[in-house]
Amino acid sequence: MSTQDDKAEAVSGEAVESCKTCKDDGSGGVVFLFFIIGLMISLVFGWVVFPKILYSGKKQPFDFNHVVHNEVVDDGCESCHFFRDDGTYAGVPKLAQCVDCHEEVQGETEDEAIFVRDYVSKNREVPWLIYSKQPDCVFFSHVAHVKTAGMDCVTCHGDIGESTSLKVYEKNIITGYSRDIWGKNMIGLKKNTYDRMKMDDCAECHVKEGVKQSSVQTKKGACFVCHK
Amino acid sequence: MKKEHKHVKSNKKYGMVIDLDKCTGCGACMVSCMAENNVPFKADESNKLDSITWMRVYKLTNDKPYPDTEICYLPRPCQHCEGQHEGHSPCVSVCPATATDYSMETGIVSQIYTRCFGCRYCMAACPYHARYFNWWDPVWPEGMEESLNPDVSVRMRGIVEKCSFCFHRYQRAMEKAHFEDRHELEENEYQTACTQACPSGAITFGDLNNESHAVYKLKKNPNAFRLLERLGTNPKIYYVSSREWVRLAGDNYRPDEKMTAKHKPAKHAPAKQH
Repeated sequence: MSTQDDKAEAVSGEAVESCKTCKDDGSGGVVFLFFIIGLMISLVFGWVVFPKILYSGKKQPFDFNHVVHNEVVDDGCESCHFFRDDGTYAGVPKLAQCVDCHEEVQGETEDEAIFVRDYVSKNREVPWLIYSKQPDCVFFSHVAHVKTAGMDCVTCHGDIGESTSLKVYEKNIITGYSRDIWGKNMIGLKKNTYDRMKMDDCAECHVKEGVKQSSVQTKKGACFVCHK
Repeated sequence: MKKEHKHVKSNKKYGMVIDLDKCTGCGACMVSCMAENNVPFKADESNKLDSITWMRVYKLTNDKPYPDTEICYLPRPCQHCEGQHEGHSPCVSVCPATATDYSMETGIVSQIYTRCFGCRYCMAACPYHARYFNWWDPVWPEGMEESLNPDVSVRMRGIVEKCSFCFHRYQRAMEKAHFEDRHELEENEYQTACTQACPSGAITFGDLNNESHAVYKLKKNPNAFRLLERLGTNPKIYYVSSREWVRLAGDNYRPDEKMTAKHKPAKHAPAKQH
């Protein structure tokens, strides 16, 4: 024990000694500089490098132009993303809906050629990556929001209908979900209603729109509204 | 852009009336419940202490020798207790994670699996043993995961689960209602799996607050009782039995104990409605 204590004392004594010398050298500036450099490296890693590692960019099977399609349909988004008679939402169109027009190649784009060659002629469904895919425990009723609450698609999905190409699907390598759920902004700032699709964003809007807050525990929205 | 929310939804109180005189103990409710709600099972289910059955059929006996022996089967889902004041059910009041909650809108006690961290306070608090703990991750026989119900999320190891009154069916029914521009459900639009599976029609499900629903009248049957009513849990499952010993067994009366006025059929009054 005693030898150890002695050693410890000796070490701390040395440290004090060396610190004294460094003060004498006037190298406090160097230490500060190292601190700043270290801080900068950490910040750059945290804000720039880490998100790049965290999200792997995945490409859709082929590109899709919403604008071109929007011009030829009569009913806006609901022409392809429609409700079934039992109120469920069809989501991303199935091959059967596209085949009517795309049995043969119509335009000149490479993407359409891929579509016809690899999917239509082989009768295979397109494995689209869904930006807004929520976890298994989430229940979302499109019809309640669109028909009853009269919300626009843009409010949650952004102006995808105005886009001429599909954006990169950024997959979170830990959770497996799209970055559209967490939001682009790492600090969590939100400029538009469609920037994020987290539980708090749903809850915030539910409070604002006067959805009944019927939970006994939290006095907020009941769990069995959006969960299953 | 926005339509005004003019409709004022009245609070519902979903509940069940189970006629024990009609129950044959066949177990169809248990089977349908497990299939509907993706309830996991193991290769060996002989140990009932660690098997999961949201709906369980109990066998009661009157403990009398032959020829007076009688038995009664009693299906027991989650009782969705309302407690002494609205939503003060035993499990909800002890949950430290807000994983279980009571909705004033439907009167259903919810369980959010992703929120539960498995402390099992709720299991200790529940006097009905209606809550079950997942000791293992679910393993489905090969190919069976294809037949899982997509409307019900599967649970993982280390969390508690229980009957939800097939709430996903309410969500689906509401979707249809929204599509048809309605804000209220018909009685037959939202029914639990066990109710529909019962071959003898012993289970009736509906809104206990709604006079037009069958349960509203059935629960006023003088032979109606609830399990362990003396605890004050105020459950939403009513049982009906014409046999006195069954009604007594429902409240754990000891043989030497006298019935309270409440349990005498003539003076029986159903609990006050809020």
